[in-house]
Amino acid sequence: MNLKKLNIENKKIRDLIPQALTILALLSVVIYFATNAQINMGNRGISFGFGFLNQEASFDITFSMIEYDGSHSYGRAFLVGLLNTILVSVIGIFFATIIGVIVGVSRLSDNYLIAKVAEWYVEIFRNIPLILQIFFWYFAALRALPLPENGISFYDISFLTIKGWYVPKFIWTNFNIFLLSIVAAFISIYYFNSYATKQREQYGKQLPTTIISLSILILLPLITFLIFGVSLTFEYPVLKQLSPTVFTYAGGVSIIPELIALALALSMYTATFIAENVRAGILGVSKGQKEAAASIGLNKNQILKLVVMPQALRIIIPPTTNQYLNLTKNSSLAAAIAYPDIVLVFAGTALMQTGRAIEIISITMLTYLTLSISISIFMNWYNKKMAIKEK
Amino acid sequence: MNFIVKPSRENIKTYVPIGLLLVSISLIDVFFNAFFDFNLIGFLPSQLSYFSPLILGFIGFYLIRIEFSGIRSLDILNKNINSNNFNALLTLFTIFIIIKSIPPMLNWFILDANFIGNSKDDCTGDGACWVFIKVWFNRFMYGLYPNAEQWRINTAFLTLFVIVGISFFVSAKLKKYFILFLVFVYPFFGIKLISGGSFGLEYVESAAWGGLSLTFIISAFAILFCFPIGVFLALGRRSSLPAIKYISIGFIELWRGVPLITVLFMSAVMFPMFLPDGTFIDKLIRVLIAITLFEAAYMAEVVRGGLQALPKGQYEAAKSLGMGYWRMNVLIILPQALKLVIPGIANTLLALVKDTPLIFVVGLMELAGMIGLAKTNPKWLGMAMEGYVFAGLVFWIICYAMSRYSQNLEKKLSTER
Repeated sequence: MNLKKLNIENKKIRDLIPQALTILALLSVVIYFATNAQINMGNRGISFGFGFLNQEASFDITFSMIEYDGSHSYGRAFLVGLLNTILVSVIGIFFATIIGVIVGVSRLSDNYLIAKVAEWYVEIFRNIPLILQIFFWYFAALRALPLPENGISFYDISFLTIKGWYVPKFIWTNFNIFLLSIVAAFISIYYFNSYATKQREQYGKQLPTTIISLSILILLPLITFLIFGVSLTFEYPVLKQLSPTVFTYAGGVSIIPELIALALALSMYTATFIAENVRAGILGVSKGQKEAAASIGLNKNQILKLVVMPQALRIIIPPTTNQYLNLTKNSSLAAAIAYPDIVLVFAGTALMQTGRAIEIISITMLTYLTLSISISIFMNWYNKKMAIKEK
Repeated sequence: MNFIVKPSRENIKTYVPIGLLLVSISLIDVFFNAFFDFNLIGFLPSQLSYFSPLILGFIGFYLIRIEFSGIRSLDILNKNINSNNFNALLTLFTIFIIIKSIPPMLNWFILDANFIGNSKDDCTGDGACWVFIKVWFNRFMYGLYPNAEQWRINTAFLTLFVIVGISFFVSAKLKKYFILFLVFVYPFFGIKLISGGSFGLEYVESAAWGGLSLTFIISAFAILFCFPIGVFLALGRRSSLPAIKYISIGFIELWRGVPLITVLFMSAVMFPMFLPDGTFIDKLIRVLIAITLFEAAYMAEVVRGGLQALPKGQYEAAKSLGMGYWRMNVLIILPQALKLVIPGIANTLLALVKDTPLIFVVGLMELAGMIGLAKTNPKWLGMAMEGYVFAGLVFWIICYAMSRYSQNLEKKLSTER
């Protein structure tokens, strides 16, 4: 009796000691760092706080999606950097997914040549550090482009030059109505699809859902153009002479070479990982599933859509989410080629100007943490939706 | 109409030769076009001449597509690159693109490239200027390390290779001592040899280290330290003690949620604020700590995957033998768990090697950084392509070899389950 009690207490103490020691060690490190930081900041005459975010930034940013100039605050500069990070991540994710799926499917092609080419694409681009690929595109490949006066022209509406890619600018009137029509189109497609499902389940009728959905998506916005006065005009870039030797393009939108290089490198690099995920996912669906589907009379498209893809997606999505996260984090390499993302603008220029290392680095890290966590929460939700509902 | 019949075994004698002839004409046409700028079918109208290889090749492939022809090589060909019209088109496109891209690549890399000379002026050809690499090679390998002392780096790496090489051929029992030596003794020896400062060796400060050797030094040390830390974190995350568990989770998720570049920024600008005034920690060491902690978090997740994959019975069996926590983990759990996750570990190490060029943000220059320095040298402007192609090739060889080795290791260690 006595022995048993002693034993329990022993176990409790045995559990308690390492935990207490760990917490103590952690606390003492934190306190040590904090006191040092306080002393150091006191010596330099700066106090901890986030008030500097409202101060005037007085530096310019080369590429901004929102209105910004030197008279705006550091907080605004942070926002510009964040939006640029999100922009390049979204572009990268979009193209990485497309390239990744094509390459992944190609690796399983029964055409030997295609499969080999896809395999070598993966082996080459996966095994070269991303930063080198970014440098290659930016310092070597894009620098080989012609000057503005003899830029590569695409039917005279878009020009690729060493200073960037000039594309036409969209000028909308009544853009809100157009946007509403797209939302309305999506809602009606949703209702139509649930109606089609009901029809199929109750009466066994197959409605041509794809064609009807597509036509709704095209027709509804088209109607707004005809009736509600929505219109779209393009402002084309035009070559302009600044001085006898210096040319530039006026009008249109300029996509800076930094963004092109970064998006190219990010999507081509991440695509190799996505390709491997896609390949593993499709291989993961057992052959029996396809045979069973064929034996109950589904056609090739139905097998792919109803049997193979839902199961393959379940395998593909979790690791691909990880790759999206990695791409977002890797977009911070932008700082190396001076694309004004959050690291360059905020943790670079703003930090140099204010000297507030602790606040700025913490904000930057927290931003990335939030981005990472929000993507992973969204993907977990999606994953749960896709998971097998076992009874 | 009678002429257009489906190719089959009956008409194999006429169709296969015609088909092969057409395919070869199409390929030869593209070949001549690409290599000698000479158009075989140039007498045709330009539009037709442009597409003729594709059309001819397509018809040819159609004609030779005969199932069960009885000719082995033809069957293999059809099965692999010519199973239907779409595949035939893809095959043709792929071959054309490959043939078309060979001459410019060949010209740039070898035929028009410049190998001889000592300055940019010697690069007169249109191709790559490999003179750039030749002249800067020493810097690319050793950074700003003094030329007279470079034998020390060579010796350090040579000893490492010799020891590793020998350890492959010795018996399993001796191998253990070799590994222990490599892990616990060699690093100190190597770092002392390179940094110097005693035994009559001249001191070389770490700011002068650089080039590919720095990539190796950082990778080696980060691998060495991040592995045990990662294992401890993984065990911590699965611990039944709440404080340890949540501290581990917090630590792992913090590092995994932020990009390495911000961690390096932190080590460069924020970390000195946390130390007593006047304390100075070498830049290289700060970077090493940052990379190690960062990769350790990834390593921890990989190891955790292995720990989770082990059946519960292994834990119970170990406990029933009266083993304590540490003996259970070291003797029973970890050997099995680590074996399960070798591909994951290899991938993490690969990622670590690929991440080393990022140290440029704190001003250390390994291979990519040295190329950045060299290409901005006024005497060598415009050499970015050569430099980055060279660096890409070097890194590619290293990473490809590592991934191949890990695949082999995985095969070798896989046991029946």
